[in-house]
Amino acid sequence: MLIRRSTDIIPSEITPRALFEDRRAFLRDAGLFAAGLAVTGLGARAVQAQGKPFAGARKSPLSVAEAATPFKDVTTYNNFYEFGTGKDDPAERAGTLKPRPWTISVEGECAKPKRWDIDELMKLAAVEERIYRLRCVEGWSMVIPWNGFPLSELVKRAEPNSKAKYVEFVTLSDEKQMPGVRLPVLDWPYVEGLRMDEAMHPLALLTFGLYGDLLPNQNGAPVRIVVPWKYGFKSAKSIVRIRFTETEPKTAWNKAIPSEYGFYSNVNPQVDHPRWSQAKERRIGEFGKRATLMFNGYGEQVASLYAGMDLKKYY
Amino acid sequence: MTFQPTPTQIARIKAAVFVACLMPLALLALRAWRDQLGANPIEYITRATGWWTLTFLMITLTVTPARRLLSMPWLLRLRRMLGLFAFFYASLHFTTYIWLDQFFDFSDIVKDVVKRPFITVGFTAFVLLIPLAATSTNAMVKRLGARRWQWLHRAVYVIGTLGVIHFLWLVKKDIREPLVYALVLAVLLGARLVFRWRERARTKAPTVRANSHPARAGIGPS
Repeated sequence: MLIRRSTDIIPSEITPRALFEDRRAFLRDAGLFAAGLAVTGLGARAVQAQGKPFAGARKSPLSVAEAATPFKDVTTYNNFYEFGTGKDDPAERAGTLKPRPWTISVEGECAKPKRWDIDELMKLAAVEERIYRLRCVEGWSMVIPWNGFPLSELVKRAEPNSKAKYVEFVTLSDEKQMPGVRLPVLDWPYVEGLRMDEAMHPLALLTFGLYGDLLPNQNGAPVRIVVPWKYGFKSAKSIVRIRFTETEPKTAWNKAIPSEYGFYSNVNPQVDHPRWSQAKERRIGEFGKRATLMFNGYGEQVASLYAGMDLKKYY
Repeated sequence: MTFQPTPTQIARIKAAVFVACLMPLALLALRAWRDQLGANPIEYITRATGWWTLTFLMITLTVTPARRLLSMPWLLRLRRMLGLFAFFYASLHFTTYIWLDQFFDFSDIVKDVVKRPFITVGFTAFVLLIPLAATSTNAMVKRLGARRWQWLHRAVYVIGTLGVIHFLWLVKKDIREPLVYALVLAVLLGARLVFRWRERARTKAPTVRANSHPARAGIGPS
């Protein structure tokens, strides 16, 4: 596994806040101007380009060459129980989530815990475009162009110590912003977790956007992880805390129904969910079902993480 | 005073109910036509037809308690149609599964039916509905005799229960909706028990009185 050394940012390279805010004001004004152009039908393309912060993101070689699921489907068919248990609930109800200002606390077994401001975190490394398959434990799948950088970039900066065996991800749980947490469907806040080597894997993505734009609220704004070789629920959304732990984190779905949702939850067509088969999946937008691939098709990259493990036992 | 319709009125009511019962299908078709079935249309159709099957089963089961509580015996005239609509939506639900969801992959379907408890109970409920639909005509009632026919059609209690279990077992975690159906079913079946107890008490009471009458009971001090 090749892990690139982090390049430390020289203080002189950090944009001063005033300048940064100035630039925002400029962009806003420019936006108004461009909108004016758009009305006259001249600047539609300009508006589109400047509205999408990751439009020019470097295309990652780790992307799959499969047709991406339409933006509309990606943003209207979601599981995000903090906004309700229906698939269309998040798109309808996530408007109350305020993704700015937002801080992410990195803590636990590490030398350099830190409270990150979201906009500061976004500049930690170069944001790339990664087109990943997403396989939901319910038997459907999508292909989504995410925007983010490897989670390892953040983990390395925290300098986890020798006790840090796992990484825990905690989602915001705020009744005022998330109507779904009023119901005890899951034990809020939503907690997910990865083993340290999983978190350090180059495919594990710290994600800020999709389709070149900032994450829509219903997709886990302002920051989430994407772990493409695991079932979708492992990829925690709207993260407020990342904690290094010595013991395996108590994850939300595992706590809810331990016999159905294990800690690992790697995509595995040979291990059925106790109530339904995982051998096939319906790709959103397609009519027939397709065969589900081991590790969601990322076996070549990740199978070595689980060498010698009984995946029927560690489901 | 309760409403007692004339034969013409009944015919009109029946026609109106028939049209109303087709509305869920019409709305589903309209949504499909307008491309409003969401990102996963097959799931949407499966859910909608399943939901309406259960709803029609509950409506059908409401007829008997309603006609007694409201003293509107004519409601019974609607029961067959409502029951057949339950079967109609169940058939659509089943067809959606066989055709759109599994696309006639019979080896997978058999595996599903055998291995997945929620599909096993759903499938059983559907199979049990078939003889009820087949014996829904007046001629079949006559052929079977009212007593046997009634005995057979009590299977609907089992079917309703299996239907609710089917729903309960398929949801991931949020069981509120299936629980609502379970509650409605419990009330509807419970009402029947109450009616039965009352009837028994009513038929028993005179017998007890009759038996206790010394002259009829043939007992007592001589």
